[in-house]
Amino acid sequence: MRRGVRVAAPLFPAAFALGASFGVLARTAHFGAVAAVVMSATTFAGSAQVATVSVLGAGGGVAAAVAAALLLNARYAPIGITIASSFRGSILRRFAQAQLVVDESWALAGGGTPRFDRRVLLGVGWLLWVGWVGGTAVGALLGQAIGDPSAFGLDGAFAALFVALLAAQLTSRTRTAVAVVGALIAALLIPFSPPGVPIIAATAAVLVGLRRA
Amino acid sequence: MSDAWTAVLVVGAGTVLLKSVGPVGVAHRRLPLRVDRLLELIAPSILAALVVTETFASGRSLVLDARLAGVAAGIVAVVLRAPLWAVVVAGGAATALVRLVS
Repeated sequence: MRRGVRVAAPLFPAAFALGASFGVLARTAHFGAVAAVVMSATTFAGSAQVATVSVLGAGGGVAAAVAAALLLNARYAPIGITIASSFRGSILRRFAQAQLVVDESWALAGGGTPRFDRRVLLGVGWLLWVGWVGGTAVGALLGQAIGDPSAFGLDGAFAALFVALLAAQLTSRTRTAVAVVGALIAALLIPFSPPGVPIIAATAAVLVGLRRA
Repeated sequence: MSDAWTAVLVVGAGTVLLKSVGPVGVAHRRLPLRVDRLLELIAPSILAALVVTETFASGRSLVLDARLAGVAAGIVAVVLRAPLWAVVVAGGAATALVRLVS
């Protein structure tokens, strides 16, 4: 676990800053500070949380917001399955440890490869959780004082974060093809559908995998 | 209940369950290969869509603004194999800079 904490240390300020920007963003979408912190502590998944508050803040319905977030987090089912066999102990223990799985902790611990180390995953997960929840609290409480998050370029920072997370996903031709088709679907639907729907519809791009499988 | 709290509780409960599927539920069972493959492809499709919406969407319009500079800086940082935090900082800094001078 100590190694995980060391591996993730450079990410801590980013997790804190992103948490703070999520807190600010949540307030602009009419979330209370407590709701924002509870969401960070329980959901603990940046992109889904940002998607939720973005859809609600843009006037999309709660159903579209929830659907977009849960479809985003649907990847945690296969991600969890790739590392399931290395979890030990009682159901309660495995349940608690599973909550520390996020893209970064899974990737930094070598998830999906034979050298996966569960202790690194837990160390990275813990540190990022503390940064994310602490940052959210600061952002949600000081949100009004910090002002409009977009003035600091935090919206561009999130866009760049998704670029980095996407790049890590492009490990084969099929996955790249799925990403391209998904991006096209989203771009085509943005003008014609409520916020959230283009992201949900983009998952139809996985059918590219059926053709190529 | 407000829309915000409804979203917090439903997304929270759903995510906790999704994260538990592998470590708690599946453990040593195997899914049909085809299902497994399609599930794994959800991440690239959704993340690609998020890059598009976070860069070009403004409500129901497609717009070109300072976020594009952030994404461009992010792509350069990724190509240079910069660590994740540096990608994020580059994206934020480029976006803020373009906003400052435009």
